[in-house]
Amino acid sequence: MVFLGGQALPGNVGRAILGPFADQRAVDTLNHTLGVDRPLLAQYWSWISNFVQGDMGTSYIFRAPVAPFVIDALGNSMKLAAVAFVLVVPIGILGGVVAALNLNRPLDRIISLGGLSVTVLPEFVTGIILILIFGVWLRWLPISAAWPRDAGFFTQLYYLILPSLPLFLVLFGYIARMARSGMIEALDSDYTRTAVLKGLPWRTVIWRHVLRNALLPTITVIATQTGYLIGGLVVIETLFRYQGIGSLIFTAARGKDFPMLESGILTIGIVYAVATLVADFLYSVLNPRIRLGSDQ
Amino acid sequence: MTNSAKAENALELTDLSVAYRVAGRNRAVLRNLSLTIGQGEAYGLVGESGCGKSTVALTVVRYLPRNGSITGGAISLDGQNVMKLDAEALRRARAESVSMVYQDPGKALNPSIRVGRQLTEIFELGGVSGRAATDRAIAMLNRVRISDPVSVMQRYPHQLSGGMQQRVAIAMALANDPSMLILDEPTTGLDATVEAEVLDLIAQLSQELSASILFISHNLAVVSNMCDRVGVLYAGMLVEEGPTEVVFNDPRHPYTVALLRCLPRGGQRKDQGRLDTIPGFLPGIEADIKGCAFADRCALADDRCRSELPPLYDLGGRLSRCFHHDKAQALPRATPSDVAPAPKPAAAPVLRVAGLNKTYASHGHALRAVKDVSLDLRPGETLGLVGESGSGKTTFARLLLGLVPPDDGGTIELEGKALAPRLENRSDDQIKAMQIVFQNPDSALNRSHSIRHLIGRALKRLAGLSGKALEARLNDLVRSVRLTDRHLAVKPRQLSGGLKQRVAIARAFAGDPRIVVCDEPTSALDVSVQAAILNLLADLQSKEDVSYIFISHDLAVVRYLSDNIAVLYLGRIMELGPSEDVFSGPHHPYTEALLSAVPKLDQTETARIRLDGEIPSATNPPSGCVFHTRCPRKIGPICEQQEPPLSEAQPGHSIRCHIPYAELARLQKAVVAEPA
Repeated sequence: MVFLGGQALPGNVGRAILGPFADQRAVDTLNHTLGVDRPLLAQYWSWISNFVQGDMGTSYIFRAPVAPFVIDALGNSMKLAAVAFVLVVPIGILGGVVAALNLNRPLDRIISLGGLSVTVLPEFVTGIILILIFGVWLRWLPISAAWPRDAGFFTQLYYLILPSLPLFLVLFGYIARMARSGMIEALDSDYTRTAVLKGLPWRTVIWRHVLRNALLPTITVIATQTGYLIGGLVVIETLFRYQGIGSLIFTAARGKDFPMLESGILTIGIVYAVATLVADFLYSVLNPRIRLGSDQ
Repeated sequence: MTNSAKAENALELTDLSVAYRVAGRNRAVLRNLSLTIGQGEAYGLVGESGCGKSTVALTVVRYLPRNGSITGGAISLDGQNVMKLDAEALRRARAESVSMVYQDPGKALNPSIRVGRQLTEIFELGGVSGRAATDRAIAMLNRVRISDPVSVMQRYPHQLSGGMQQRVAIAMALANDPSMLILDEPTTGLDATVEAEVLDLIAQLSQELSASILFISHNLAVVSNMCDRVGVLYAGMLVEEGPTEVVFNDPRHPYTVALLRCLPRGGQRKDQGRLDTIPGFLPGIEADIKGCAFADRCALADDRCRSELPPLYDLGGRLSRCFHHDKAQALPRATPSDVAPAPKPAAAPVLRVAGLNKTYASHGHALRAVKDVSLDLRPGETLGLVGESGSGKTTFARLLLGLVPPDDGGTIELEGKALAPRLENRSDDQIKAMQIVFQNPDSALNRSHSIRHLIGRALKRLAGLSGKALEARLNDLVRSVRLTDRHLAVKPRQLSGGLKQRVAIARAFAGDPRIVVCDEPTSALDVSVQAAILNLLADLQSKEDVSYIFISHDLAVVRYLSDNIAVLYLGRIMELGPSEDVFSGPHHPYTEALLSAVPKLDQTETARIRLDGEIPSATNPPSGCVFHTRCPRKIGPICEQQEPPLSEAQPGHSIRCHIPYAELARLQKAVVAEPA
């Protein structure tokens, strides 16, 4: 899909690289060396077979193998994602749980409405607002995510807080809503009634009987969002001048650097697939109905 | 226990009123309800759905839904005022003195916690933990007659059958040795044989434990077997109360009278007259009731009934909230009992099934869901299919309808012509000729269309009608299922369960079917609605000469409507014959066990035959006669080695058993006490 899309884009690769004033013969020669004048199917085959062997091809722009760029960028993206993830998952779930336990009371209204309103704001809006507040006005946090060379773990973390905040805001409402509705359903369930009528203390009812059943669907949602956290950050990475995979793809797309573009997108696809797989696996571990379904 | 001296009454409700807040207004659900349950007494609460039975239970344990509130009165549990308890005291009361078991044990147990843990946590509350708690839990499971408690402790609820789940739920309820046990429809949804076992268990345990019981059920027969006293609830008010036997044999409130008349009793059949029904509906939650709540549906009601609330008359040890309690039983019938025309002379079968098999593959094993079924169905007749769940009833129906293809070899003939195994290979006429009515009309009707659209579409598709002809037929059809024009414009969710089932029936009849498969069509309905649906089915049958295949777990209902009965067990026909012969016996030992499991209203407690254990897995059926593992009349090794043939014992009556017919007759004569 990505491959076809890339090929279908207008413009000539050789021309894009060499510029509008280059000699047509030079363009043709370059196209030939790059192999882009071959039939589509042949190009696709050599590309995909190389990819599965770990060879992502050579960048048109940098004239260097793509793989190190992609791996570097992926690593950076994962760092950013990890920070956002560590922030949003516990707080999001906590928010949802607290909201559900205070259903229809002011606290619930604040969490639900607040979460929803920040979720619908696009991350470039919240990103800019946050930069203005924390970076320009308060000067607490650096406005760029590009940390100095040889920065240690904590320095990197320090630089990543601001870019991860918009992500936090986007995902918080989403996760909190899922956790809240899961909680409400579990609280209304017959097994919770059983637990309460057993005379168990409220705390035990919540921790032992409600939470696990309530958060199962949320886990799946969180895992699918991991894909977004790693792959969907073009805007944030550009805004904070961060060398992640999103900005890599963005640059590659602008320069018609197809091997880079295609490898980047395929990598993100793989990340999505793995995240979903992990989610399903986690879900089945936590849910005895699926785990033991086969030995019935 | 905090209160050392036991209070005189286990439970006392005084003038209890409960309201639900709907759309910003309080709607009364319970109105000045007073009742007492003595120590060790079993009290039954009956009434149709929506009359407030479950609200009583939830109020006692203070677990009302968020929008519910107690608006007046008092609840005293073992002398303790439940309404004055703070959170901690309430928790202790729940932990120590009151327990509850409700419908649908599959949902009542936590799906992600092992059974053992769910039990031990109760003992931990009482300060027993570790090994000791485990031992207590095992002992408790033993007590509810679970044969392998150690392995059950390790399982998750979904790995247990419905009957086992309910046993576990009962074990949990009894673990704290409560003084008050509330059972809210504890056996609804279970098979008749399982229901019988669970009821036996409750009866035995209640004697061992001397707990008082509040037993809530819509099933009058179950209550009559379980309870000392019974209260009849209508629109949140107690309308009649008294000793169970007295109330059911000599009711003094028109509602009780009418409710009892809705049930097919004593082997009543469709050609012996219609069932009585209760006209109208339970007053809605928003209704403002001035006089007697039942007045609108009562043929005895006069002006006084409509304007003045009748008091609870004390009739010597019993109560009735009716001005006309002395003549309640003279309540005129709401539905004339005029007998349907006599059966027509036997014609050629409309349906002929021969050697039908269905094998599913299940984890590499062959699962024989239906094995070698052969039977005939004549026009205008009903074939009742009975058997526990897992016996193959529904699979058989699906084979007939072509929803799943049978194994090669068997044949299905409709009016002499062979039917293709798959629905898509059948002609339009053949599809039209066979229709189905499901148990749950809610999920069978598309909720986004109006009733007119739903029935109209069926007429277009099945009868190929359009324009004026469609309009005319639509009106006919709607009238024949006793819906009115008013119902046509609305969507399914605006109709009650009974009305929805009428729509489903109208749809099935749209294409003038020859055969209608009714898969538990009344199981989800209240008895008064069930009676109306059964009458409707019987009327349509005599008018249209249609045949039914009627699947139900309620044997009295099957008996009422069926001309022939097929008893299925593990996909095999164990007995096949005219309804009267099958019911009155001599019958197959399995049929005998099924019949004796049915709770009877008149409390003629026959020596009950209990079926031990569960229906074996169809992937690995027992050798020989498949029923031998549970058969109360097993005669010896022959039962384990040879599968008996389905042999004709009497003309038209076949039994699959090694015991000769005459011997069955002799064995069962002592037990058969069935009123004719």
